[in-house]
Amino acid sequence: MLNQTAWWKYSLIALVLAVGGFYALPNVFGNDPGVQVRGARGLGIGAGALGQVEAALAEASIDIKAITRDPDGIKIRFNDIESQLQAREVIERELGDGYTTALTLLSGAPAWLTDSGANPMYLGLDLRGGVHFLLEVDMDSAIARAHERYTADLKRVLREGALRYRRVRPNPDGEIEITLRDAGQLEQVSDLIERRLPELDVRADGQRAGVLLAGVNDDRIDEIKAFALEQNMTALRNRIDQLGVAEPVVQRQGDQRLVIQLPGVQDTARAKRILGRAATLEMRLVDEEHNAEALQSGLAPGGARFYRFRDNRRILLFNRVIYSGENIIDAAASLDTQTGSPVVSITLDAAGARINQRVTGENIGNRMAVVYLETTSQIKRDDDGNTVRDAQGRPLRESRKIEEVLTAPVIRDQLGKRFQIEGLDSVTEARDLALMLRAGALAAPVEIVEERTVGPSLGRANISQGFTSVMAGFLLVLAFMLVYYRVFGITATIALTLNLALMVAVLSFFQATLTLPGVAGIVLTVGMAVDANVLIFERIREEIRNGNSPQASIHLGYDRALSTIVDANITTLIAAIVLFNFGTGPIKGFAVTLSIGILTSMFTAIMVTRVLINWYYGGKAVRRLSI
Amino acid sequence: MEIFKRKTKIQFLSHRKLALGISALLLAAGIASLIMRGLNFGIDFSGGTLVEVGYQDAVEIESVRSTLLQGGFPDAVVQHFGTARDVLIRLPGAASGEIDSAAQLSERLIGLLRAPFGEQLAGEDNVAGLQQCVSGGAAVSDCRVQMRRVEFVGPQVGDELANQGGLAMLYALIGILIYVTFRFEWRFAVGSVIALAHDVLITVGIFSLFQFEFSLPVLAAVLAVIGYSLNDTIVVYDRIRENFRKMRKRSAIDIINGSINQTLPRTVLTSLTTMIVVLTLLIFGGEVIRGFSIALLAGVIIGTYSSIFVASPVVLALGINREAMIPVKKEGEDAVAERV
Repeated sequence: MLNQTAWWKYSLIALVLAVGGFYALPNVFGNDPGVQVRGARGLGIGAGALGQVEAALAEASIDIKAITRDPDGIKIRFNDIESQLQAREVIERELGDGYTTALTLLSGAPAWLTDSGANPMYLGLDLRGGVHFLLEVDMDSAIARAHERYTADLKRVLREGALRYRRVRPNPDGEIEITLRDAGQLEQVSDLIERRLPELDVRADGQRAGVLLAGVNDDRIDEIKAFALEQNMTALRNRIDQLGVAEPVVQRQGDQRLVIQLPGVQDTARAKRILGRAATLEMRLVDEEHNAEALQSGLAPGGARFYRFRDNRRILLFNRVIYSGENIIDAAASLDTQTGSPVVSITLDAAGARINQRVTGENIGNRMAVVYLETTSQIKRDDDGNTVRDAQGRPLRESRKIEEVLTAPVIRDQLGKRFQIEGLDSVTEARDLALMLRAGALAAPVEIVEERTVGPSLGRANISQGFTSVMAGFLLVLAFMLVYYRVFGITATIALTLNLALMVAVLSFFQATLTLPGVAGIVLTVGMAVDANVLIFERIREEIRNGNSPQASIHLGYDRALSTIVDANITTLIAAIVLFNFGTGPIKGFAVTLSIGILTSMFTAIMVTRVLINWYYGGKAVRRLSI
Repeated sequence: MEIFKRKTKIQFLSHRKLALGISALLLAAGIASLIMRGLNFGIDFSGGTLVEVGYQDAVEIESVRSTLLQGGFPDAVVQHFGTARDVLIRLPGAASGEIDSAAQLSERLIGLLRAPFGEQLAGEDNVAGLQQCVSGGAAVSDCRVQMRRVEFVGPQVGDELANQGGLAMLYALIGILIYVTFRFEWRFAVGSVIALAHDVLITVGIFSLFQFEFSLPVLAAVLAVIGYSLNDTIVVYDRIRENFRKMRKRSAIDIINGSINQTLPRTVLTSLTTMIVVLTLLIFGGEVIRGFSIALLAGVIIGTYSSIFVASPVVLALGINREAMIPVKKEGEDAVAERV
C-alpha cells in the first residue's frame, strides 16, 4: 500500500523531537542577575567557600534565588539587580584576595536541566555586549630576548671553560658574534659550545679570523615562539582575573595571535590598560661598595650601572640579574604580624628559591633591588610625526624600554622559597607591588590588531531586532505556505516550526556562539527551508496534472524531488563550510546557523511532512488532494 | 491557491540574446565601476577605527563634527546611523596599533563627546543596562552619550581579511565546480560557475556603483548568495538531466525550455519566500546588518534571473546532448553489448 509510514520513522521522529525539545527548553527561561565567584589565577574553588558565601549572604539578609557550584566556580542568582550589587560587595569582603567576583547574567533554567548539560544558547559579544580583542605577540622581541639570554650563557660557558674572549654580542643579522682573543682556539670553542649549548648552530665567520657566529636553530626558535604564546596566554589570564569578568575567553588563534573576549565589560580603556602592561621584573643586587662614590662622581664602574627610582633618585645596580619575575609564583600584600606595617610576601618557584638562597646568603646586609621593566612596542615616527615604513610599505616598529626601581630593601637574612619585602610606605603601595609581582610577565609585548566592543544598549537592540526579524519572517512564510498549499501547507508550517526549534536545540547543545549574522542566518534558513517543501509540493501538483492518482502523485512527488533537494542543499552546504573555515567571529556564526539550518530543514521538510501527509491521506481512498 | 494553474510554455531560450545583452550590460557597468571607483571598503578590510554612539536626544551632525574638530580629530567622518540620535564616527586609516594609543583613541573620542554634557563614565560596569555616568556632583545616572560600539581593525588584519575573503570566494567556486562535475557533468559545472561568477560580480558591482559600504557581513552575504543561486541553478539542471534521459526525440533547446518551465513555479515561489525573509531582515534587522540585507536582496534577485537566463543558455552553448547525460554505468554496459 502506498504512503504508509514505517514504524521506525515514527520512533525516529519522536526521538529527535524529544531530544531536541529537551535541549531547546533552557532557552525559554530568561536571565537572572547573578554573581559568579571564581578562584583567582586558575585556582579551584572549594566547598568551604560555598558555605562561607551562603552564610555571609544570609547574614546580610540578601535573598538568593539559587546557588550552585561547578568547576567554573560558584554561581548565585538573585531576584533583582539591587541584591546582586549588594551581594557582590558582601562576597568580596567575605572571601577577600584569591577570588574574583563578577557581575553577570545567569540563565534562569532549573537545575535539573542545566545539570544534565542542557544550557541556553551561547550569545556572542555582539548580542550580549562586551569586548573582543585580537592580540598579536611580537615574536621578534621574544627572539631578541632569547638572544640576550644566550649571549649571557655563552659568556658564562666560555669563562667556565677558561677560554678568553674579546667580545660576545648579538649582531643585527640575528646571530651572536663571538670574538676570541686567541684565533687558534676557534675549534676548541666551537666544540665546547656545541656540547654545552646544543641549540646553537656555530660557524666560523668567513671574513674575520677568530670570530664565531652562533645562531639559534629553527627547532629552538619554534619552541621560543610557542613558549612566548603560552606564557602570554597565562599572564593575560591572570591579568583578566583582576578585571572581575564572568566567563572571559582567552584563546590562541594561529601561531602568534590570541583572542580575548570579555563579556559585559564596558570600561574598555581600563581593560586595555591592564592587558597592555607588557611588564616584567628583575631582581638585582645593589653595588654597595661603589654606590655612594659613584653617585657623587656620576661614573658607573664596570659590571654595574645606574637605575632610577620613580622619584628619579639614582642607585647603582649590578648588571647581573639574580632572578626575574617569571620565578615568582605568588605575591600577596599583608600586614606584618609583629610590627603591623605593610609587607609583601613572595613565593618563588624551585629555581628561583635555589638562586635566592645562595645569593641572599652571600649578601646579608646588602640591598636587593626590584626593577620593573616594560617594553612597549610602537610604530616608528619621524620628526614630523609621520609613520616610517619599510620597503614593502609596512609600518616599522620600535621598542621602547622603561626601567624603574620599585624598591630596594635590605637583605636581613638568608632567604629561600618564601620571603617578605618590608619597608613599604602604605598598604596601597604594598597592594600595588603585590599586584605587579603577581600579574606575571608577558614573554613578549603584545599589540591589539583588532578590537570590537559592543555596548550593552546595542547588544540589547541587536537581540530584539534579531528576534523581531526571525518572528516576522517566520510568520510571513507560514502564512504564505498555509494560503498557497492548504493541508500540505499545514504540514509545511509544522515542519518549519520544528525546524526552528531543532536549530535552537542544536545551537544550544553544541554551545555554538550565536551572533547577529548568525541570527540573520536563521532568518535566511526560514526562507530557504521551505524550498524543499515547495519542490515536493510542486512536483506533486505536476504529477497530478500528468494524470496520476492522488496517492501515486504523493509518492512520486516525494520520490522524484528527493535527489534535487539533496543536490541543491549539498552545494549550499559547500558554500557554508567554506564560509566557516574562512570566517572570523560573527561570520562564523552565520556559517554555523546556515549549515545547521540546512541539515535540520532536510529532516523536517522531507521526513516530518511525509509522516504527517501519510497520516492524513495514507492508506485510504482519496479523490482530491488539498494542495 | 495556485499561481501557475496551467503548464507555462515560455520560450526562455529564444530570449537568450536579450538576456545576454542585459547581463553584459550589468556586468560591464559593475566591472567598470569596480575599476574606476572601486569598493567602499569598511574598516574590516581597510583598517581604522569606528565608533558608534547613541545620544539621549536628537543631535546635529555639525555640532558633533565641530566638537571633534576642536578636539583634534580633523579626519573624523561623522554621519547619522539609522536615527537622528545615533551617530557613527569613522577615523580613517589605522591611527596606531599600539595597545595604549588604540585604547586612548576611542576613549578620548567618547570623552570628548561627553564633555559638553559635563559627564564622565562611572567606574562600575553595569552588566545588563546602560552605561552609567557621573556628571557635576556625585549623582550617577545613565550616560547621555552611550557608547554603542567601537571597532578597531589594524592594517595587517584588514589586508589578511581581504585576502582570505577573495580566497574563500575562490574555494567556494572550486568546491562547487568539483561537486557539480562529479554529480552531473562538466558542462553543468562550467555553467553553474559562470552563473555564480555573474551573480557575484553584479552584486559586488552594485555595491561599487552605489558606494555602499563593503564590510565583512556583506562578504558573508555574497557567499550566501553563491549558495542560494547555486541552489536555484541545480534545481533547473536536475530537471534538464531528468528530461534528457526521459525524452529521447526532443531537441536540446526544447528540453531545456521545458525544464525551465516545469521548475518555474518552484523557482518563483522559493525566491518569493526567501525575498520575504530578506525583506524582514532589511526592515527589522537594524542598521548594523543593513548592508548584509541589501547584498542578499540583490543576490536573490540576480541569482533567480541567472539560473534561468545564464546557467541554462551556457550549457546549451557548450553543446549539451543526451549522450552526456547517460550515467557512466550504462556506458560500460553499452561497451559490453557492442563487443557481443
